[in-house]
Amino acid sequence: MAKVIRNRSIVDDARQTVRLAEGETPEGVALPAGPLLVPLAVWQARAAELAARGDVGVWLAAGEGAEAIAAELPRLAAVGVHFPAFTDGRGYSTAALLRTRYGYTGELRAIGDVLRDQFQAYVRCGFDTLQPPEGRYSDEQLQAALASLSDISTPYQGAVDEPRPLWLRAQRGVAA
Amino acid sequence: MYRYDAYDQRAVDERVAQFRDQTRRYLAGELTEDEYRPLRLQNGLYVQRHAPMLRIAVPYGLFSSAQLRMLAHVARTYDKGYGHFTTRQNIQFNWPALADVPEILAQLATVQMHAIQTSGNCIRNITSDAFAGVAGDERIDPRPWCEILRQWSSFHPEFAHLPRKFKFAVNGAEEDRAVIQAHDIGLDVIRNEAGEIGFRVLVGGGLGRTPIIGEEIASFVPWQHIVTYCESILRVYNLHGRRDNKYKARIKILVKALGIEEFRRQVEAEWAHVKNGPSTLTEAEVARVAAHFVDPVYETLPAHDAAYAEALADNKPFAAWAKRNVRAHKVPGYASVVLSLKKTGVPPGDISAEQMELVADLADAHSYGEVRATHQQNLVLADVRQSELFKLWQTLRDAGLATPNIGLLTDIIACPGGDYCALANAKSIPIAQAIQERFDDLDYLYEIGDIDLNISGCMNACGHHHVGHIGVLGVDKNGEEWYQVTVGGAQGNDASLGKVIGPSFAAHEMADVVSSLIETYVENRHEDERFIDTVRRLGIEPFKTNVYGKRQQERKVAHG
Repeated sequence: MAKVIRNRSIVDDARQTVRLAEGETPEGVALPAGPLLVPLAVWQARAAELAARGDVGVWLAAGEGAEAIAAELPRLAAVGVHFPAFTDGRGYSTAALLRTRYGYTGELRAIGDVLRDQFQAYVRCGFDTLQPPEGRYSDEQLQAALASLSDISTPYQGAVDEPRPLWLRAQRGVAA
Repeated sequence: MYRYDAYDQRAVDERVAQFRDQTRRYLAGELTEDEYRPLRLQNGLYVQRHAPMLRIAVPYGLFSSAQLRMLAHVARTYDKGYGHFTTRQNIQFNWPALADVPEILAQLATVQMHAIQTSGNCIRNITSDAFAGVAGDERIDPRPWCEILRQWSSFHPEFAHLPRKFKFAVNGAEEDRAVIQAHDIGLDVIRNEAGEIGFRVLVGGGLGRTPIIGEEIASFVPWQHIVTYCESILRVYNLHGRRDNKYKARIKILVKALGIEEFRRQVEAEWAHVKNGPSTLTEAEVARVAAHFVDPVYETLPAHDAAYAEALADNKPFAAWAKRNVRAHKVPGYASVVLSLKKTGVPPGDISAEQMELVADLADAHSYGEVRATHQQNLVLADVRQSELFKLWQTLRDAGLATPNIGLLTDIIACPGGDYCALANAKSIPIAQAIQERFDDLDYLYEIGDIDLNISGCMNACGHHHVGHIGVLGVDKNGEEWYQVTVGGAQGNDASLGKVIGPSFAAHEMADVVSSLIETYVENRHEDERFIDTVRRLGIEPFKTNVYGKRQQERKVAHG
């Protein structure tokens, strides 16, 4: 079972991410039992069937915008946002839009090239679940990485996790 | 200037600790080269030709004597005793050891300095007018707005991995001295007809491989909304900027592809959702930041100091320096002094540790302990009494910091080029030096008058060659260094991009080429016409004809 970080704790997680292999179609791909994240195209092809299962969510590839699933959000068990490389920052905006524009409150999971030095940015942009590549971190490393969630303890700007910028949160001006 | 409060200090200290751990993990093999690269870049650390290069932020070019002394200490302890000021008003060191960088950053943090976001695909150091707060033509002091945007953009989680780097410049004066038309976002702080402060917003300008003058996306964004407006621009760019090709990844390419109307529509659609949200600026916050930029208590002085006037009349070298390096100040009896870092034989923008310490002492003695870096790679003491100029000049002259060439042909903007930079196609520094040596006659330099000559070692355009009246670009031809020449570029209110005059030149030809360009100007100019105005009146043809015609003749003679 994969380890993920959820709400700042390391937990075991059974949700599988389904990818379409070559030759597989959204309509025909065989889906295992248990909690899933499926590609957008699979959901679009089989929304009624998958919604009825109650444990299926959708993952968005980079370049698939939040608006593509806005109407489906109440029926999704989770939403994944895929980072093809940790340097591809589109998913930060996608997450922020899901939370602030479309009011999504369910599980929002960062998948793909999800690395500890970006953990804080993910959380600040609204991800509650972080799934690093399988085998990338040892248990000790992942444990140590939890601390990096608050590397910058008092950020200046508002973001999803704390919409108020520092000037609304703190009495500033006390000398360093 | 802005002084850190406990929150600013904590953020910078935490960033140092974070980077120390990242570097430790990299050196221990826990982070790959690819994983570490963006982290070190966003902490100012490049890997260069000879050694790492560390670029330290000087936010909007403003720093204190204590900070300059710390930079001298870094230069001496971790480098070879000098530093290099850049066209983004930052300073960089070319020889630190990678393993020392966390410690250097820790020491810088003790004087409220850092290297955060001086590189990488993020919002970079914000640049502004080196004469902010003291220029007579200033409408609104841009510095508080720079600081507000600095804080907003520092560690911004959503915009930490943009398609490409992102540069802001802010101007608040009649004359744009911040090159706002050549930035990803250029802000002009203005007042509307009702007297309210706001911003004219330009977007999609930039130099580099595809030079483009920025377009106006908004004629007036009220100050309360500038953060949410910028956030909206960045969000559209982050989501839709190209990531498939780094040469097409700047916002200017997106703006061109969509057209400014469509880009504006998308930004406004985004803005409609976030406008009036929590990031709307408050009067209290603006007042808090602005309180750091109130004028010092100036003395009431006569507009013209008698002893200064006398020294000008008696001492020709002093008068020459004052003419080029001293600028009028908004307060009677004061002046702003430009310290030239363009002495022939010294790479443009370079300064030694000893000079840094001297400038720090002079800033304490003459200019309220503050120094500014200009994007032309010189330094400024902004608040000097006229009565002290003569003494200051003597000290600067003895230290090699009083070359009387500000705005003249030898005040060359140049990137470090192939001598240091791993990106460069060709060297910049020897070209600058050859031109400076050719034009070593001050009287002739003065006769040529105001001219900008800018040199970049590659198309990344760190030397801003596109907006030089004469621009020189290093190019690689089959592994050899060549130089392409443009004329007619300009920065400022009537910014324009230079036009290529023709095939490129070898390094040893460059001084002759510049001589031909200057001769063409001198022969054709109208009275009091600057080089750029002559180019604009005549076009590039006569310049081209002269440069290439002459060279052909010389070749015939050589081969005949």
